[in-house]
Amino acid sequence: MTRPEAQRLAPQPGEVIDRARPVRFSWDGGRYEGMHGDTIASALLASGVTVFSRSFKYSRPRGILTADFLDPGCRVQVDDEPNVRGAHRRVAEGMQVRPQNVWPSLRFDMKSANRGVGRFLTAGFYYKTFIKPQRIWPAYERVLSRFASGGVVSFDPRPGYFDKRYVHADVVVAGGGPAGIAAALAAADAGATVMLVEEEYDLGGHLRWGDEADRDVLAELRRRLARSTVEVLVDSAVTGRYDDNWIAIVQRSNPQAEERLLKVRAGVLVVACGLVERPYVFEGNDLPGVMLSTAVRRLVNLYAVRPGSRAVVITANPEGDAASRDLERVGVEVARTIDMRIGGSVVRARGRGRVRAVELTDGTVVDADLLVTATGWTAPTALLNMAGNRPVWDDTAARFVPGPELAPGVLATGGLVGDADTEGLIDHGREVGALAAARAAGRPEPAVRRMPPAAHPALFRSTTHGFIDWYEDVTSKDIEAAAKEGYDSIELVKRFTTATMGPSQGKLETINTVAALADATNREIGDVGTTVWRPPYAPISLGALAGRIFQPVRHSPMQSWHETHNAVPLVAGEWIRPDSYGDAVAEARVVRQAVGIIDVTPLGKFLLEGPDVPKLLNHVYVNSWSELPVGSVRYGAMCAEDGVVMDDGVTGRLSDTRYLMSTTSSGVGGVWEWLENCLQAQHPEWAVHVVPMTPAYASMNIAGPSARTLLERVVRELNLSNEAFPYMRVREGQVAGVDDCILWRIGFTGELSYEIHVPASYGLHVWSALLETGADLGVGVFGVEAQRILRLEKGHLIVGQDTDGLTTAAGAGLGRMVKLDKPDFIGRSELAQAEHPHVREAAMTLVALRPDDASCVPTEASQIIGTDGAIIGRITSSRMSATLGHSICLAQLARAAATPGATVTIRLPDGRNVTAAVCEQLAFFDPDGGRLRV
Amino acid sequence: VPPRWATDGIEGESVGFVDHVGGGDVIRIACPHCGPRNSSEFRYAGEAATRPHPDVAIEAWRDYLYVRDNPAGWTIETWYHTNGCRQYLRIRRHTVTNEISHVAPVAAAAESLAEQGSGDPGGEVGA
Repeated sequence: MTRPEAQRLAPQPGEVIDRARPVRFSWDGGRYEGMHGDTIASALLASGVTVFSRSFKYSRPRGILTADFLDPGCRVQVDDEPNVRGAHRRVAEGMQVRPQNVWPSLRFDMKSANRGVGRFLTAGFYYKTFIKPQRIWPAYERVLSRFASGGVVSFDPRPGYFDKRYVHADVVVAGGGPAGIAAALAAADAGATVMLVEEEYDLGGHLRWGDEADRDVLAELRRRLARSTVEVLVDSAVTGRYDDNWIAIVQRSNPQAEERLLKVRAGVLVVACGLVERPYVFEGNDLPGVMLSTAVRRLVNLYAVRPGSRAVVITANPEGDAASRDLERVGVEVARTIDMRIGGSVVRARGRGRVRAVELTDGTVVDADLLVTATGWTAPTALLNMAGNRPVWDDTAARFVPGPELAPGVLATGGLVGDADTEGLIDHGREVGALAAARAAGRPEPAVRRMPPAAHPALFRSTTHGFIDWYEDVTSKDIEAAAKEGYDSIELVKRFTTATMGPSQGKLETINTVAALADATNREIGDVGTTVWRPPYAPISLGALAGRIFQPVRHSPMQSWHETHNAVPLVAGEWIRPDSYGDAVAEARVVRQAVGIIDVTPLGKFLLEGPDVPKLLNHVYVNSWSELPVGSVRYGAMCAEDGVVMDDGVTGRLSDTRYLMSTTSSGVGGVWEWLENCLQAQHPEWAVHVVPMTPAYASMNIAGPSARTLLERVVRELNLSNEAFPYMRVREGQVAGVDDCILWRIGFTGELSYEIHVPASYGLHVWSALLETGADLGVGVFGVEAQRILRLEKGHLIVGQDTDGLTTAAGAGLGRMVKLDKPDFIGRSELAQAEHPHVREAAMTLVALRPDDASCVPTEASQIIGTDGAIIGRITSSRMSATLGHSICLAQLARAAATPGATVTIRLPDGRNVTAAVCEQLAFFDPDGGRLRV
Repeated sequence: VPPRWATDGIEGESVGFVDHVGGGDVIRIACPHCGPRNSSEFRYAGEAATRPHPDVAIEAWRDYLYVRDNPAGWTIETWYHTNGCRQYLRIRRHTVTNEISHVAPVAAAAESLAEQGSGDPGGEVGA
């Protein structure tokens, strides 16, 4: 392939490229060279590339329009990153850049066939096409996904990470043009901490591509910034303003992270986003070679790229005039300049794949490969709108300007507000910056002079129809069609045509959409109004939003032992703990036959201290706590005010006024809030201190027939005999040389067992001591899975597993615990209601089921089916019991079907039905609890 | 992906100190104990309501349990400073503007809020 002629100009005074540092990269399979400072688009344009993508619906070739972040034709794939803004992102050594949306290739495009069927792809085609017949939808979907305009997302993990940062700033300035810089400097001079955020890589806004005087002013502003305390973020954007001036900023090109999300609490937000040049609507306005005046000025002055060789310029403002002068200066022939302030315009641009000629309203046709338009401005008021401001139409300036009312924490300056020369913009910025600093500090506020917008002709569309939304391929004709179909509200037209809904979110398209609708419905633009801008103002990656999650992971002090003994991890809320050490069935067998130890550190633990602890316990638990003797523990169940079981656990009385309460591992946070609620809000007169102790103790349960023998070897001065330390008692003492341990004799495994709570730093020591000293007893370790089997054999429920958000105490099989004769406790009213026979009979209840096929373990959540096929319950827990030699289940079952001995039908997930018998009681193993009390 | 002993956060979980970029998650609450803090540090505990004695008629109890005023305007509600002082606070907030006019510890709040009107100035926290 022959390369087109290079278009790099001789050095320009304001250029940002470093000619001494070439950068090699690839584009569409070919090798290219740019210079350090080039954008992908400027480097390619300098190499003669003029087409960067194909359009979304009609597959039209697209080139440069705005030459900045918003440029709709320059979205490219960079390595494995899709949708990169090619007219913004700088080229880097080795970059692999590919075009998007060009299946099968950029030069030959299958979709160009769509141009022939364009009339089917007009406004609302999403809603009208591809709907019926529904059975063909999968075929539609395959084809459409081929046509989708995004890039390719890599599913491989990328190196590096996304990050977040929290900032408190007195003043945040969004936009680093002359007014924004002046505002930041003035605020910093007044003592404020200031953050200045600029979307592009360099500060300065339009001064960068201005004349020598502009560059001198900018150099002075930069010098002052360098000496100031202002924190400058470039290639970054304020993406949203939320309540109480919570500002979201996305920081790109950060050496430490792919993208960083800054969450800033700002005293005052100064919005200085400048103006966005708006495209003109005429036939052929999307041909490569049709550019905005700002695009031409950027290309020539910043990147020293020749945008064409023979130009027609249509201008209605000084920026267009300057673009014309720039072109002449660098030797581009300006064939015609149409001053639209006097009269005349363009009818259409002609050409295929590139502008070849321009047809003017005076009937002449001018050969040209570049058509420059300078027809007006859009004020991107989005950040102000997010603070409640509604833009108003200014007829004289022919643009929407910010409404008069601004939220107290939000100010605006620069072109967004009005027009002035450089000095005027800087003066206004300085005054607004001083005001921002004063307001943030609560000082008396200085006055700010008004800076009204300048008059500008109202120019939106020529005599022909053309593109309004380049991203979505929406033309002014589509807007007209939508109006004819009755969509006369701008918000409806937007949704029906999808105009303004592409990646620039209306910054280029909104005003022309509004103007076209006004035209089609014979209204004034001000009467049509504009759409509401919502966050984000600038795109932000999902990775940055997810960022790093600052969430603690909790491990017990015995973690190192677990890891070196092949434990299989189980994520349980914030904790990661051993699910098993490889063979849960064998672990359970050791507990039944000898002795096993399990790490139960995640168990929630609170020290309750004070004279009124019994009142608190009586209030939060449904059972009675008035006469718990010192040295005893009791099981308690906690319900919410609606009677639904919330948590359970045992509490032991250590002394007259000291208690240790345990909760489920996952319920500990909720119970803490619950206890504080009772003490702070309901009964502030009760004297109780709640001290969270969960991670302060390493907790382990020693369970099995040999548990006592094992524990006796490591305790001193504690009589562990059944007479001295019976079931459901608590003792304090020394274990394996460690003082201040708490020992509970409880047993949810159904075996003789002790739960010991050891000061956390000695947890590993005690754990190791138990294993070493018990080797001859056959001591083993067991994990959560073995514990599940063991407790299921005993029929012990797990709150949240065997109960759900509707399970009352009675439904959990805890009905007999509820002491309705207590004067008050949480849940009493509803639990009393639940005792009504008609409520009782309609409720579900917890039952044990034994499948008739002893080898069948019904999957948890399998449904239980009544004789009429209705769902009458579900399996909540199920395991194979090696001890018993058959499968066992707990289930929530309609009370009417829960008759002991009855047979129920379980529908398995694969559709098979199996039968099971309802058991007499919940416990399958040792129902009398004899093994616990030895 | 097999589970692992993660040390860099639990993937796929979003409990704990995760806060959000948008909407009402970002208002600032002037905690009387800790100073101004993001609302993401707090748990919203609902509109304030007075817990009746459990012996009241079941209709009155269920009003307390389930019925909320949910006004578009000033309301008095309860927040719990989970990641701070762990105190329950009574807050008078405008549900449209998110303006907060009053924050006080829940036990001390009853009288001062009663003067400001609207919402139930009761001294106890709803479910």
